[in-house]
Amino acid sequence: MTTSAAPLPKPRRPWTRGRIATHAFLAFMTILWLIPLVYAVLASLRDYQYTAEHGYLSFGGFTLNNYVTAWQVGEFAQKFLNSAIITIPAVALTLFLASMVAFVLARFNWTFNIVMLGAFTAGNLLPPQALLIPVYKMFQAFEVPFWFSASGTLLNSYWGLIAVNVGFQIGFCTFVLSNYMKALPKEIYESAMVDGASIWQQYWKLTLPLCRPSLAALATLEITWIYNEFFWATVLLQNGDLFPITSSLTNLSGAFFTDNNLVAAGAVMIALPTIIIYFALQKHFVAGLTVGATKG
Amino acid sequence: MTAATKAPVTGRHRKARLSTRDRVTVALMILIPTAVAATLVWVPAMATIVMSFFDWDGFSPFSEAKFVGTRWYTEAATIYPAFWPAIQHNVIWLLVLFGIATPIGLLLAVLLDREASHTKFYQTSLYLPVVLSMALIGFIWQLMFSRDQGLLNALLGTTIDWYGDPNINLWSALIATSWRHVGYVMLLYLAGLKGVDVALKEAARIDGASEVQTFFQVVFPVMFPINVVVLVITFIDSLRAFDLVWVINRGRNGLELLATEVTRNIVGEAQRIGFGSALATIMLVISTVFIIIYLRIVMKEDR
Repeated sequence: MTTSAAPLPKPRRPWTRGRIATHAFLAFMTILWLIPLVYAVLASLRDYQYTAEHGYLSFGGFTLNNYVTAWQVGEFAQKFLNSAIITIPAVALTLFLASMVAFVLARFNWTFNIVMLGAFTAGNLLPPQALLIPVYKMFQAFEVPFWFSASGTLLNSYWGLIAVNVGFQIGFCTFVLSNYMKALPKEIYESAMVDGASIWQQYWKLTLPLCRPSLAALATLEITWIYNEFFWATVLLQNGDLFPITSSLTNLSGAFFTDNNLVAAGAVMIALPTIIIYFALQKHFVAGLTVGATKG
Repeated sequence: MTAATKAPVTGRHRKARLSTRDRVTVALMILIPTAVAATLVWVPAMATIVMSFFDWDGFSPFSEAKFVGTRWYTEAATIYPAFWPAIQHNVIWLLVLFGIATPIGLLLAVLLDREASHTKFYQTSLYLPVVLSMALIGFIWQLMFSRDQGLLNALLGTTIDWYGDPNINLWSALIATSWRHVGYVMLLYLAGLKGVDVALKEAARIDGASEVQTFFQVVFPVMFPINVVVLVITFIDSLRAFDLVWVINRGRNGLELLATEVTRNIVGEAQRIGFGSALATIMLVISTVFIIIYLRIVMKEDR
């Protein structure tokens, strides 16, 4: 958690040749890195007939129609809703379950703590494809009432997808939260015990409010990750209507012909939520990502 | 309720102070999440390994499945045409991320850290691809790589099918994936560099070390934990690479990877559970090595 320290104010330094070269290089790399994004935005704003005729290096043919078409053809309203239906419960459940384990692991010194923490953390790093077959078969065999899932099983249902996302993300959140909770002073629990607070009250009323910064960082990160999740959604949901937005862009590219301007408009719209989250919550985002790396 | 059990106990047995209700609470708090993680991660991982030694059609009860020993592994290594290309592509993937993208990320981090001021715009822009999904990155780069409508061919005046030509498409995919990896590595190293003690650098400078010497002989070794984390992330991401090639062409025709071959054997036209499990087990074994290294570093303080 050392990352939150503000950079030291440096004395005004002269513009030496080295510094100018550094800035020139950084500016060059930045422009290089922005080209695909800027180009996607530009392409999304152009009429297909115009660019087909004049090429992409021309100027003109600007239109907003691609956005309208992509939104309708790709059924984006439904797909964004699907993403929300998957992401919001998955993130809430992940943080809830992970914070409970983290609390117990940080609060009590048991010998198997380290094994538990290791097992949880490792789960997040496994290749999801390596778990595909058993998870797929398990969900297929798990019958649920039709009012619960239209497919009658956990396969091809949001519940299964939410569950698998939770199972996968719980490890990382447990690791981050338990580190944070271990740094809390033990004395707060001593006095809570004296006041007769139960373990649940200590967790819910004492620890969780204190963990607000790291919960915010994790929520930011997890929303982005689960929104961006592609593999499980693609293999566990066979019904295209259920697809979240990240798995839906394929709908815009046809089998024989693809209108790239349309794809660009779709891509921009799909990228927008994560980019907005990133700009709005940059501090949380960076803090969440680097926490695993800066410890030790 | 807990006040009643305030008998003096040694610190070793702190849980002895808990009331029955609290004990049940603690047990549930740990058991429910553990059950979720076990059912969805650990049991499936074990099941994959077991299934890789059996011939199971996936529909009849597993008890009727036939034990086939290492048949699927032999088959993968000898007659499955996509196996060695997939391994080769995963290795190339790793080498490019490790040998090119990671050093670029490190270099950018060092330069940004040295300048410190007026670098916000650079940082934000270079990091932007990291918030996008790999699937989306595949589509964004399609706009660059498309044969008829792509920017690259328009600029170069060529008609190369960057995503389609089996001799080239792996490299196109690697450019797209590096676009993201560089920003990620840069961010990790930026955090790491901020944690390096300034006094160390000062001492090296007083001893007459050049800036480059200081970096390689003082700063880089001090960042050992972060180097390991970056290394492990690079290895694991190379092993798990899937989304990008799946959106390009479902991992065929020059883009075969272990992850796509596992997926193809499960959700494809022909379900080959035992064989897919054998490929998946290979992925599991490789990742386990790196997970152990990772855990040893990040959990160092806990032992």
